Amino acid sequence: MVGVLALQGDFEAHRRLLDGLGADSREVRTPADLAGLSGLVLPGGESTTMALGAAREGLDRALPAAAADGLPMLATCAGMILLDRDHLGVLDIRTQRNAFGRQIRSFESDVTLEGFGEPMHAVFIRAPWVADHGPTVESLGELDGHVIAVRSGRIVAVAFHPELTGETRLHRWLVDAAAAF
Amino acid sequence: MHDEATFRVKAGLAEMLKGGVIMDVVTPEQAKVAEDAGACAVMALERVPADIRRDGGVARMSDPTMIRGIQEAVTIPVMAKARIGHFAEAQVLEALEVDYIDESEVLTPADEANHIDKWAFKVPFVCGATNLGEALRRIGEGAAMIRSKGEAGTGDIVEAVRHLREITGEIRRLATLDPTELPAAAKRLQAPLDLVQETARAGRLPVVMFCAGGIATPADASLVMQLGAEGVFVGSGIFKSEDPARRARAIVEATTHFADPERVASASEGLGGAMASLESRKLPEEQLLAPRGW
Repeated sequence: MVGVLALQGDFEAHRRLLDGLGADSREVRTPADLAGLSGLVLPGGESTTMALGAAREGLDRALPAAAADGLPMLATCAGMILLDRDHLGVLDIRTQRNAFGRQIRSFESDVTLEGFGEPMHAVFIRAPWVADHGPTVESLGELDGHVIAVRSGRIVAVAFHPELTGETRLHRWLVDAAAAF
Repeated sequence: MHDEATFRVKAGLAEMLKGGVIMDVVTPEQAKVAEDAGACAVMALERVPADIRRDGGVARMSDPTMIRGIQEAVTIPVMAKARIGHFAEAQVLEALEVDYIDESEVLTPADEANHIDKWAFKVPFVCGATNLGEALRRIGEGAAMIRSKGEAGTGDIVEAVRHLREITGEIRRLATLDPTELPAAAKRLQAPLDLVQETARAGRLPVVMFCAGGIATPADASLVMQLGAEGVFVGSGIFKSEDPARRARAIVEATTHFADPERVASASEGLGGAMASLESRKLPEEQLLAPRGW
């Protein structure tokens, strides 16, 4: 069972993609919803809203604990910001919010991620980038000289939205990691 | 290569707002209160709808100084309103780089036949609708997000419920039709056939739909979410209430936990007075905002 954090954001798009892969999923709004999960998606949305919601629910303690237990996670856009040093501290990364600019600069582009094969089409919406990262974090790809995807152990975080283009390779990775958890 | 301002990118921002609350604010200070309470975006405007009703006169786009002040105060998306059909106001808002433009019936319409050609802009648009045909006409003009209209500035949820039920009910009816019956449905709805077909196939609007107009309490937010809204706009309901910060947090919490009555109950406790309200049924015809738009 894969959980999708549903405090706010495009969690339904992630669930539709997981459905298409034949993976069972459920929405996560409280620490109790984490019980029995073997994988977790942290979706796109507004990182400020999601961080406040996580603190209100006690997920600001439960999510780092789940990460420490090795729960595989896939984070997209705001989900990546939520995991950074300034928020939940799960990933040793510093993110730059809205790094590519306001909505008028939001864009689509092809990106290549290490270990994920052929280039994938990616949607960047008021997207962040990774301004710097510690030695436990591996960069998986860059765009315009900025890191836009990272991996650390069983966590993959990307600045874009595979869930909006029907790109399944990242979710497939999560489902496989969840099966092995 | 960056392919900017595609429809996917425009509609995609609305996807990111889902499950959230967009709050009307008239000052940078209010914007900060909204952000700290968990708003997923703010709508910058000069007067909230309740004050537009009270003051009367022509309601226009906000002063750019005020919009810039709000953009500097918060990091969440900033939306702003243009009058229906007033593409020059929209051009100004695009020059200010607001994140979304609301072509809104709350302001006094500038064109009584035509809406703005929203395809001509890089900034995405949200538009109001009272029924499915109106929603699909707006999407045909390039809107990347829809909000049911309700009756803004009243604190009365009845029109929001009517419009949501109109839209979701029509979608359910469309989904039962044979494909050969869709052209006649498109004619009846006065909506583009391709969008009628797409809606019938998917069983949902082609873009995200929020609810607006009349939401004043956490239970109102829960009600419209259960009726199929994917998020809510709260206009006068927050900053015209007794304790705006607390009510804002409560409506955010109730929107996330809309399907959990115990959480909506606890969010509803001790909020102080709601906004002063107006019963929309008792408003004279010429004071109604929802019929604006064509």
